[in-house]
Amino acid sequence: MLGHPVFKLVTGNRLRDGKVVYFAGGSTWTPTIAEARLVEDGDGAALLAEAQAGPPPHPAIAPTLIEATRDGNRVVPMTLRERIRACGPTISHYGG
Amino acid sequence: MLALYRYDEFDRKFLEGRVAQYRDQVRRRLAGQLSEDEFRSLRLMNGLYLQLHAYMLRISIPYGTLSSAKLRGLAEVARRWDQGYGHFTTRQNIQFNWIRLEDTPDILAHLATVELHGIQTSGNSFRNITTDPFAGVASDEIEDPRPYCEIVRQWAALHPEFSFLPRKFKIAISAAGEDRAAVMIHDLGLYLRRNDQGEIGFTVAVGGGLGRTPILAQTVRDFVPRRDVLAYITACLRVYNQYGRRDNLFKSRIKILVQSLGIEKYRQEVETEFAAMGDEREALALPDEAVAAMQAQFAPPAYADAAGDKAALLAAIAAEPEFARWVERNIRPHKQPGYSIVVISLKPPGRPTGDCSATQMNAIADLADAVSAGEIRVTHDQNLVLPYVRQGALYDLWLRLGAAGLATPNIGLASDIICCPGLDYCSLAAARSIPIAQALAMHLAKREAEIGPLQIKISGCINACGHHHVGHIGILGLEKNGAESYQITVGGSDNAQAALGGIVGPAVAAHEVTATVDRLIDAYLRLRHEGEQFPDTYRRVGLAPFKEAHFVAR
Repeated sequence: MLGHPVFKLVTGNRLRDGKVVYFAGGSTWTPTIAEARLVEDGDGAALLAEAQAGPPPHPAIAPTLIEATRDGNRVVPMTLRERIRACGPTISHYGG
Repeated sequence: MLALYRYDEFDRKFLEGRVAQYRDQVRRRLAGQLSEDEFRSLRLMNGLYLQLHAYMLRISIPYGTLSSAKLRGLAEVARRWDQGYGHFTTRQNIQFNWIRLEDTPDILAHLATVELHGIQTSGNSFRNITTDPFAGVASDEIEDPRPYCEIVRQWAALHPEFSFLPRKFKIAISAAGEDRAAVMIHDLGLYLRRNDQGEIGFTVAVGGGLGRTPILAQTVRDFVPRRDVLAYITACLRVYNQYGRRDNLFKSRIKILVQSLGIEKYRQEVETEFAAMGDEREALALPDEAVAAMQAQFAPPAYADAAGDKAALLAAIAAEPEFARWVERNIRPHKQPGYSIVVISLKPPGRPTGDCSATQMNAIADLADAVSAGEIRVTHDQNLVLPYVRQGALYDLWLRLGAAGLATPNIGLASDIICCPGLDYCSLAAARSIPIAQALAMHLAKREAEIGPLQIKISGCINACGHHHVGHIGILGLEKNGAESYQITVGGSDNAQAALGGIVGPAVAAHEVTATVDRLIDAYLRLRHEGEQFPDTYRRVGLAPFKEAHFVAR
């Protein structure tokens, strides 16, 4: 990812089931990171404010700005924690 | 008749009321009438956390004792509301990792029908009272500690004076010669003792804990008569509640208070408080008849005359080497002749440690009904126990466990690793722990006969849920500049000779962990004398040879 431009996006956990979701603009939250709205670094605060807006109950808990890069069509978070949030546990379990 | 505490009408009504209260709280949260800030503490009071991928529900299993009905109740949660499995924890509890908020009132209502809940599995309150998983059946036991666990649990449950302690508070009780409850790493530990007059009482130890400041508990008083034990621990808690720090989360546990005051000063404060309790001390006294009534709830099942079982067992051992290996590793001596304690490994190499599928839970519940008086225990090592198995039933049990993928013969060996969920699930974790455990278990399983008993414990962050400080080999996951690394310690122990491990050198990358541990084990095998286990060798040779092995490894 070295040399790829770094973008900001907003993520949170969906209120009703806790699933990882990403802010796609407007009032839309999506479980697919590729559908997240990406902005330049300087526009992050405005994106976060937009994601936090709206009447209660807010659909996502703890909207948070994170960093990601683009790798072709993929959006790849900068940190391992966020990559695990985006893709799920790195191990198989009895349910999957 | 099951040998465990049964809810009375008060317990049932209370739990029904609590579920109804919580159902309304969830309704208001989903309707937008409660913000997350307002709701967080309410859900946590019922065991509901928010982790990386979903809500996580932690269910308390008092002193690690389950009936088959309770285990089936947990299996139903896994099957119906989760992804088909649960994770047994190092505090003898269970966690479900894929819970939906909107399902939680129904889940808690379901759990209430089998006398389970998530109350006090979070927050600055008393957590699950833990004990020896072999309680009531261990051959080295003075008395079954579980009646005392239940008495302390009832005293601690929603205790009005101690509902807002400076920090969470963990109590463990042991009543055997060997400490199988890791008492020395608890905020408060009770060792049941019999004094020279034959009276039962407790050695009270305080200030143990792991996390970022690992400290072993220290004795406050050598012998507190059982009549006074609730009053005495009330005094211990009262001193902590008064002087414990609330201004700094990292200094808020009782271990920091005891360390800063010194054990002498802390003891003096406790004794002063205890002496001043007056009538209150009498009100908290445990009369013999109250203890006897509680002990009756934990009366053992009617044992059969199983003296003749031994011959059949020996014949099966002689005929079937794989069965013999399982008996050698997974069976522990029972106080009743002709009976055995069976430890079911939840650590098949390559699988996440402590995970158990709904199908397996139901299979174990059926087996418990068939051969173990309907009772199951959870160990802090993240395995399960059938406590009342006739030796004549062991071979058939082994076959049936094998059919359910539950006959791994590795209890106490290198692949029987304690491991927290780590960064694959936990929002506090700095690094992954499960993949490290899986790689180690797969590799070391091939060397277990050579290595012998060995405890490896892995935590994905400094909070130390995987008890890494007290592993013979401990592994702590760290994060630096976006990369995972692992700090390795050796020489820890969580038994009666509890010790904190020493750091062998700089942290290593994830791909270096298995090779590094391999070299540390090689060093141990070179150094150990006949009959020694890892802690014995470490005490004799010290840290230096292991530092050298770690250095060579790099």
